[in-house]
Amino acid sequence: MKITLKLFATFRNGRFKIAEQELAEGTEVRQVVLGLGLTEEEIGIVMLNGRHGELDSKLANGDTLSLFPLVGGG
Amino acid sequence: MDKIFRVNMTDLTTKIEEVPAAWAGLGGRGLTSTIVAAEVPPTCHALSADNKLVFAPGLLTGTPAANSGRLSAGAKSPLTGGIKESNAGGTAAQMLAKLGIKALIIEGAPKTGAWYNLAVGVNGVTINEEKELLGLGNFAVIDAVEARLGKKTGVLTIGPAGELKMTAANISVKDPDSKIRSHGRGGLGAVMGSKQIKFISIDGEGAPGVKIADPEKFKGAAKVFAKALLDHPVSGEGLPTYGTNVLVNILNEAGGLPTKNFTVGQFEGHDKISGETMHDTIAARGGKVKHGCHAGCIIQCSQVYNDKDGKYVTSGFEYETIWGLGADCCIDNLDDIARADNLMDDIGIDSIETAVMFGVAMEAGILNWGDSKEMLRLLTEEIAKGTALGRVLGGGAGSVGRTYGVTRVPVVKNQGIPAYDPRSVKGIGITYATSTMGADHTSGYTIATNILNVGGYVDPLKKDGQVELSRNLQIATAAVDSTGMCIFVAFPALDIPECLPALIDMINARFGIALTGDDVTNLGKHILKLERDFNQKAGLTSVHDRLPDFFKTEPVAPHNAVWDFTDAEIDEFWNF
Repeated sequence: MKITLKLFATFRNGRFKIAEQELAEGTEVRQVVLGLGLTEEEIGIVMLNGRHGELDSKLANGDTLSLFPLVGGG
Repeated sequence: MDKIFRVNMTDLTTKIEEVPAAWAGLGGRGLTSTIVAAEVPPTCHALSADNKLVFAPGLLTGTPAANSGRLSAGAKSPLTGGIKESNAGGTAAQMLAKLGIKALIIEGAPKTGAWYNLAVGVNGVTINEEKELLGLGNFAVIDAVEARLGKKTGVLTIGPAGELKMTAANISVKDPDSKIRSHGRGGLGAVMGSKQIKFISIDGEGAPGVKIADPEKFKGAAKVFAKALLDHPVSGEGLPTYGTNVLVNILNEAGGLPTKNFTVGQFEGHDKISGETMHDTIAARGGKVKHGCHAGCIIQCSQVYNDKDGKYVTSGFEYETIWGLGADCCIDNLDDIARADNLMDDIGIDSIETAVMFGVAMEAGILNWGDSKEMLRLLTEEIAKGTALGRVLGGGAGSVGRTYGVTRVPVVKNQGIPAYDPRSVKGIGITYATSTMGADHTSGYTIATNILNVGGYVDPLKKDGQVELSRNLQIATAAVDSTGMCIFVAFPALDIPECLPALIDMINARFGIALTGDDVTNLGKHILKLERDFNQKAGLTSVHDRLPDFFKTEPVAPHNAVWDFTDAEIDEFWNF
């Protein structure tokens, strides 16, 4: 299956902003995170199709996954 | 001992008063709101002699506590018709605190057309007639006051917008680089203009400084507090690197970035105006990625943004301004947005109200969507010059909506709704509806928990838990706004258990008292109820605790969310 992976803030350093990824059926967010060389602790916000997701959320074909470190503002 | 400095602009007299016992434990917002509630008739015209403009540093301002240099300004707001507190960084708060000034109260109004400046110093306030600097922008005023009185002089000033008593006018505060921070919201610049005061200078010479009752205890608590600020990923790393503007991409992903005057929740040009792009642009042009708005700030969320030639354009360039002129006006040119930010500082007009206003103005057809050049022209040629159109625009989003017959006007209590769509981030909608300040994201920043996973998580698209979340945050914020602390200390305070007790320990060590966590919560509740009581007497009741109808009837993409709280559900907020 194919997903769109978007990275933000410091996660872009040495990586990319946006990329298509070919993944095995049933892949979880956690596997994508670890595959990027990130740790679970570094993840601040997971968004799956514009809604908050979890590290153990299962991905489906056509999903957009967005990963942010813990950042904020206001 | 701290004193109250009181200035009467009707008879041009000044007094130094003892602090009444009831005010002794208050600072910042708690004190400005208490004084306004006690001394301003709620039904008065906000631009009349009956209104009072009050400045108060926080309880910890002037001490070595990290991030404690915020100044509160309070009055009845000419924009909302209710009570207003607006706080800002800059150098004034710490100078006033070190001079032993608990509050500066400005009352009355001159009987003639003459304008004045106030000179605040260790021996009191003098009132001087001012002719030379009338009509000038804030940057020129700061330069001129420094030339006249010395580089170290603190300055509070209004630009042309305040002189013209526009209801979006702000009060500018000189920052450590002689640039500008703002008491932005609620039209307090117009109140200062109605008193015919162009600027207030502060001379710190001979200031006794702030006495700390228990220095050893204070030092220990201050260390724990500073460590919590530096350890938390938001205050310690995210904010100094990307500033508040990191939120453009987050809110865009979450579908909560109000775009084209709140008609959609995502902006095509988001990447060009994002915090990530801004960070790289600032670094490439030799600006400053991090910068503090006051001495002792260790978060450093501000920045200095330069143009292509490496020349200063603006600083304190915030997410809400960039969202408003960017996504909400469909402008993806960050350089033009930066130029507008600088112009708004100079004219002395609130960059949130004005940004929301431009979205409504584009809907009204005054200028085209995305036309940043015309926006810059309207700022310099109409608003700054006070033409008839400029005065309509300078009245804010509600003013333009009323004048041009626009129905999609995002305001609560006539104050522009900032940066987060209340349909797709529902907790902030409760804050906008119920805040005593009118639509104000900072008064109960549910984005932390709805979007940023700070202080837990409450699903932004569901109604469950939002009223309680907003209530708890509004209570805590009213208390924090009384300490002189930057509101961003809330990020570590929500997640790191040692942070809030250390803050309370610092207050206790400063005054030799023994407040508990419950006392601080009760202070926050007391302030909200006091402000609410003033508003009700001024005619702002629960029917004003509502969002505009279009949020109920127009679903916002991509989640097709609507505002679906009943009136009774919203009113539950005040059940405490």
